[in-house]
This record gives sequence, C-alpha cells and structure tokens, in this order.
Amino acid sequence: MGYKVDNVPIDSLLLNMFEASGMVFKIFFLTIIMSIPLGFIVAFARRSRFKIINIPTRIYQLVFRGTPLMLQLYFFMYGPHYLFNFSFGRFNACIIAFVVNYAAYFGEIFRGGIAAIPKGQYEAAKVLGYNKFQTFMRIVLPQVIKHVIPATGNEFMTLVKDTSLAQVISVAEIFNVATNATSRYFSTVPLIVAGIFYLVMNTVVELSFKMAEKKLNYYNS
Amino acid sequence: MLLKADNIKKKFDKDNVLNGISLEVREGEVVAIIGPSGSGKSTLLRCLTQLERIDSGRIEIGGKLMVDTVKVKPKASGVIQEEDLIRSVYSDSKTLHDITLDVGLVFQNFNLFPHYSVLKNIMDAQIKVLKRNKVEAECIAMELLEKMNLDDRGDAYPCELSGGQQQRIAIARALALNPRILFFDEPTSALDPELTGEILKVIRGLAKEKMTMVIVTHEMTFAKEVADRVIFMDGGLIIEEGTPEEVFGKAVNQRTKEFLQRYSEGYSEG
Repeated sequence: MGYKVDNVPIDSLLLNMFEASGMVFKIFFLTIIMSIPLGFIVAFARRSRFKIINIPTRIYQLVFRGTPLMLQLYFFMYGPHYLFNFSFGRFNACIIAFVVNYAAYFGEIFRGGIAAIPKGQYEAAKVLGYNKFQTFMRIVLPQVIKHVIPATGNEFMTLVKDTSLAQVISVAEIFNVATNATSRYFSTVPLIVAGIFYLVMNTVVELSFKMAEKKLNYYNS
Repeated sequence: MLLKADNIKKKFDKDNVLNGISLEVREGEVVAIIGPSGSGKSTLLRCLTQLERIDSGRIEIGGKLMVDTVKVKPKASGVIQEEDLIRSVYSDSKTLHDITLDVGLVFQNFNLFPHYSVLKNIMDAQIKVLKRNKVEAECIAMELLEKMNLDDRGDAYPCELSGGQQQRIAIARALALNPRILFFDEPTSALDPELTGEILKVIRGLAKEKMTMVIVTHEMTFAKEVADRVIFMDGGLIIEEGTPEEVFGKAVNQRTKEFLQRYSEGYSEG
C-alpha cells in the first residue's frame, strides 16, 4: 500500500473521506434548500398577530433551539419507531432533523431582518400602488437579504460543522469515517485530516459570504 | 371637486386625533395646511392617502368613493353613545387601488427605496403597477429628472444624494405615476434650511403647472406665497380657513392669532 503516517494509509483514508464529503455536501445543500424557505415561513408565523399561529411557532423554536441537535437526530431516527412503529430511514431522519433545527434558527434571523425594514418603506410602496406580494418581493426582501447575510453566513459555517453530528445515527459522513479509522489504526491522524476537510469547506463558505456582502455593499440604507 | 372629505373622525385608542374634518379641494388648487404639532395635520393626510383608516366620515377622490359611514344597530346592553352607532365602510379593493393611483404622497423623510438606483426608484412602480413598458417608463423618468435638475444622477443610489436631492427624487417618483392630486407631508422638515429652498422651488413650479396639491407645512412664508387657500388646524379640527391674506392678515380665531404670533416671534429670534 501507499504512503503511511502514524500507521494510517493516507491515500485510502483520503479516498474514503472524499467519498464521505459527498454526504456532507448532500446534508448541507438539502438543509439549506429546505430550511431557508421554511425559515421565512417561521418568521412570518412569528410576526402574525394571531396567537394561534404565533404561540405554537414560538414553542417550536424554543424546543428546537433549546435541545441538542444530537438529541433531535436520535429522536427522528428512533422516535417514530417507538411511537408509531414506523421509520423515516437513516438519511431521511438525518435531513428532517437538520431542516427542522435550522429553520428554527433561520426563522429568528429572518424575523429580525424583516423587523429592521422601516415602516416608511411599506408606506411608500403602498401609496405607489404596489400590492402586498410586490412590496415584499421587490422592496422588503432585497433589503432583508442584505441585513441577514452576516448572521446567515454564521449559520452556514455552523451547519458544515454540525454535519459531523450525523455520525450518531451512523450516517457515513467525514467524522464517521474519521472515528472509524481512528479506532482501527489507534491514531489521531484521521481526526486531524477530518478537521482539515471541515476547515477547507468552511473557508469556501466564508469567502462566498464575504463576496456576497461586498456585492450588496453598493448601497447603505 | 377633486377631493371631498366630510366629517372625518379618527382616534388612536382613546385619543381623538381628528374630530370631524371637512375639506374640499378643487382641480388645480394648492391648499396649505398649517398648525401646531399634534393638531392632526399629518394624520389627516395619512387618512386621505389610505395609510390610516378613518372611524367615520366620507371621503371621495376623483369622483370615486373611498369610504362612507353607515349606521349600525345598537348592541342590546350598555350605555350607547352616538359614535358607537356609526361605522366607516371602505369601498372594494379595486376602487381603493384606483384611488391610490390618483393620489401621490411625498413623505417628510423621503422613503426612497435604498436598494434601487435613482432611475429605478422612478421607473419601478411605472412598470410594475401601471404596466408601462420599460422604454416608456425610462423616458418619463428621464424627463422628470431633467425637470428636477438631477438628470446626471440617474445611476446614483439614494444614500449618495443630499436630503434635498432625495426629496426631489421622491417628488419625481410620485409624479411619474401621473397623480391627479399630490400630497406633501412636511416635505422640508427633515432638511437643512439651505436645502429647503430647492424643494420649495420645485413645488412652486408644480403650482404654476396647475398641479393639485395639499401641503402640510411649517414654512409659513412659503404657505402664504404658494397656496390658494390656507387651513389652520388645531386639536383635530379646522379652526380657520381662507385665502392666505385672510388667514395670515386678519385671522378671526384667537388660537390662530396666537399660533401665527408665536411663529413670527420664532422667526425673528432665529
């Protein structure tokens, strides 16, 4: 076999980790694609003046922001089996847990972003004859995006690292590969390599958000 | 009559802000509304532009009924007051939208859209609301920018402009939709005195073109000069109304006199 460090065959380790990165990307992108729209729905629900919508949403956010994501992964993996004798399957349970968890956080970020838009913007849109949908899509949303970019970048970076939690329900992502290799070769090298993988991915995330921030810097509100 | 408002009443919680305002504005007329802060001037404007809902009264703009008052049956128990027996009813949303298009409003703090360039601020509602095509909308926007003496700032963003420039863009944005009546809510109050002049010049120009305007203002000299009619409001009521000469020269009401007195003192001190 090829090159070894601390008894660990590096080339096969890297190969396994690249393969496992696919899973990280899958969790990452599926979570983003679903939790962002859901986050907006949560934000609107929180802004609703109807208590019947507002209060349950608050409770949902409290539960999913107030308990460990790891526990939520266990819950969606094994809970349905105990309660209804039914299972989502490993991967689906993982995605559901991530989406539901991150939508709770995004909901809070977007709520803040929407609240930061001055009332005058809505009033100007109204007297110009924009309907509610146009007002949100054309006037409010673009300004909200600018407001929430920094906080959203934070969440994206946390999400990259949080994918490592999926190992608790044996989803084959990078950290899962690393811990398996660590126990097989009695070496910490796989963990260090895993750390480098996360760091590289988050560098890409960080740079993308810096670019987005710069691009939206053409105006001050 | 382009605008007919009859006995408008409005309260916020228990605060009576408008206590029965009746107002008529003819086509081509310039009406200035003056009065102390908290007299209900801005609220009146906000009710006429549908930013607030009135509790009772009747408003008609451009021959279209915005809101009227109906009598409701008294509830079985409790002390019944006269105002519990009437309720305002607004027209259907189509009519209200049509009235919105007949009306323009210029805000005290401009409320331009910060993420749009100057040109897009003036074009967007034309395209999205009036469904004009892009070329036509741009032509109209450029014409208005020229009129506002800002034809070189079309690509700038609002944050790059002075307050006076921003307010002129806001006026252009309102004019782009060809309103039949234009409301101004203290258009110069957020501006430095030296920037006030450029806004007043624009409004003066519009008055010459016979644009129908209702202007809430603290600029007494300006109101005197530009208005066909001056209205003095206090405590949610119209106290005095007439030509500038009548209101500024020979006010009948004691409160009007005191207010104008205080203003002229303030000016000589300042």
